[in-house]
Amino acid sequence: MAKSHVTTSINGVPQEFLCEPGDTLLDVLRNDLNLTGTKEGCGSGDCGACSVTLNGRLVCSCLVLGVEVEGAEIGTIEGVSSADGLHVIQEKFLEHAALQCGICTPGLIVSTKALLEENPNPTEEEARYYLAGNLCRCTGYDKIIRAVMDSAETLRGGV
Amino acid sequence: MVSVVYEAPDSIDGAISLLANADIPAKILAGGTDLIIQTNGSTDESRLFVDVKRIDGMLDANLSSDGLDLGPSMSCAEFTARDDIKKVFPGLVEAAYLIGSTQVQGRASLGGNLCNSSPAADTIPALLVNGAQCVIAGPGGERTVAAEDFMTGVGRNCMEKGELLKMIHVPAPAAKTSDAYLRFIPRTEMDIAVAGAGVSVTLDDTGTCTAARVAIGAVAPTALLVSAAADALVGTKLDDDALQAAAVAASAAASPITDRRGTAEYRKQIVGVLVKRAAIIAATRAEGS
Repeated sequence: MAKSHVTTSINGVPQEFLCEPGDTLLDVLRNDLNLTGTKEGCGSGDCGACSVTLNGRLVCSCLVLGVEVEGAEIGTIEGVSSADGLHVIQEKFLEHAALQCGICTPGLIVSTKALLEENPNPTEEEARYYLAGNLCRCTGYDKIIRAVMDSAETLRGGV
Repeated sequence: MVSVVYEAPDSIDGAISLLANADIPAKILAGGTDLIIQTNGSTDESRLFVDVKRIDGMLDANLSSDGLDLGPSMSCAEFTARDDIKKVFPGLVEAAYLIGSTQVQGRASLGGNLCNSSPAADTIPALLVNGAQCVIAGPGGERTVAAEDFMTGVGRNCMEKGELLKMIHVPAPAAKTSDAYLRFIPRTEMDIAVAGAGVSVTLDDTGTCTAARVAIGAVAPTALLVSAAADALVGTKLDDDALQAAAVAASAAASPITDRRGTAEYRKQIVGVLVKRAAIIAATRAEGS
């Protein structure tokens, strides 16, 4: 079957790709565009390892078809840091040791960035609910939540 | 592996034509949170996906004095962010907020929840208590079906080949009317309802309930409107006896299964408790509306 041609924008850069109509956005990112920072965990929308933003909304890229993103704006973990260095959220995850194996980390950082853009001053409870779709089997979440709350405070201009 | 044929028509007529003329199994793609997973486990050789999100109005919600005209494919994330809708239908919005994770809410829609027709769908009891109407477009024109008549069984509904859900209309509530939805799950987030209950009540100036609707979910093959439970509330001030009578009626109407989420006996019991609690929340909101 003929592949579909898709024109989109990834991390602000125009991007074209060819994919099978049944390929997920996750397949396309990892296998065709070599953007392997986005991880595959469950492949069924439960774990959040493949989190990306689609037109500003946080989604699981395993539950989006590549062909659906024609004309869309995609944000992945590769777009979080800048030429100047790591994003505050990435620095705080390192500082608080909020990771062990690291598979959930890209998804958690993309989700934390989406959370803090929507709500710069979340309570711990709000942060925990927002991030409930990002599963971490190593840390027990405590260090992750500390990193998230510290990121929020730093981004608001606190100490 | 399923071979997918993908089409993204920009009009209702285009979608109907694709669906009606399909010679392979055809599925409507809205948020894809159920469909993509179902396809992964499918043994069909090929399948047509008709993505309806590029059709005008499918992603919009308009609130007016007539009520809410909801594009079926609007994501739950967009829907729950609408403070104007939350003010009028707080129970419907809280039901949408309970579906899956933040990521799933970024794609999942109320129309998808309805058309997937799971007995445990959270938004369906909330749509039932608000008297939602489903506007269905098909090769023969349009027809409108009450939400309580839409589901016909587990994962089944009244839509025929070639038809699609064009709009969900939720009529404007009467004065001093409000709704609530509660579900029970064993964890605090990211789970499927063991039982769910939606309640809408209308109060008069003395606090007496003049109209009510009660719907229960995850305790029968489809979500159910329970008129006996609503009748138990009407004419009362929602005192303990009235709430208990509504709970007993809801439990009696339930015909749940036993599975790993809960036993049938437990579900029957808990659905009554949820009806009581949701009625109290709805009444408190109605008093303040």
